[in-house]
Amino acid sequence: MKKFKKWDIWLIAAIVLIALASWIYLRFSRDEGAFVVASVDGEVTGRYSLSQPLSLEIESPGGSNFLVIEDGTAKVTAADCPDKLCVNQKAIRFQGESIICLPHRLEIRIEGGEEGGVDALAQ
Amino acid sequence: MNTKKTARYGLLIALAFIFSYIESVIAAPVPVPGIKLGLANVVVVAALYRMGNGAAVAVSVVRVILSGLTFNNALMMVYSLSGCTLSLLVMALLKKTKRFGIVGVSVAGGVMHNLGQLMVAAVILETSALAYYFPALLVSGCAAGCVIGIAGGEAVKRLPPSFL
Repeated sequence: MKKFKKWDIWLIAAIVLIALASWIYLRFSRDEGAFVVASVDGEVTGRYSLSQPLSLEIESPGGSNFLVIEDGTAKVTAADCPDKLCVNQKAIRFQGESIICLPHRLEIRIEGGEEGGVDALAQ
Repeated sequence: MNTKKTARYGLLIALAFIFSYIESVIAAPVPVPGIKLGLANVVVVAALYRMGNGAAVAVSVVRVILSGLTFNNALMMVYSLSGCTLSLLVMALLKKTKRFGIVGVSVAGGVMHNLGQLMVAAVILETSALAYYFPALLVSGCAAGCVIGIAGGEAVKRLPPSFL
């Protein structure tokens, strides 16, 4: 008896194809976030709507980062941290994306909310 | 059910149970919950091919209940039971078509096992964010099904005809 029959191969190929297609779909249809959540040392310090433009200086024990929310995206435009990695990161807008400034132990993360359509994804 | 049949079922369930135990001891270093080999399914697949649907259902369901009570909590058992029900159903159907080999049947079983659990998890947790797990669980179910199918095929081939 051969280990793989012809239909077995087709079945496996179909499953891998479906997995790939759904991965690509999920990758490119990510949910827009609704809120920007800033936390220092794991403690949430602020929660801001992604739909309202805002410029804000976030103070942390290590220093300060300048957070700008505009056009539904969040970005760190300036910081006094040594490596400036947070400033160099691209703007974030999808749920789960984050900008992290390690020297200041600051995390800026996008979260969903009532208006963010998680449920649209499963349908 | 005669004595010999009872003894065989007991033997197979014990074997599947031991495989579950071995797997529960070895923690797989994967980031996505639910990805595992499912070693016990070698016994299920072999039972399906050597003894038929009834034996596969008996071994699978009793094994899930036993290991659920022993190694996991009740919620895990609900996930497992729904996964194994869907998996058994699809495996029996695909085997009946006679077009698929043991590997194909096992692959379908592995994938359906994962999908059944994912669907129940989505209902229990009331979130569809789990959809992100879908591709990973599809691929892992497929890979695990391949390995289990090949191992199960070897077992079916090598077991003496007098056994089972």
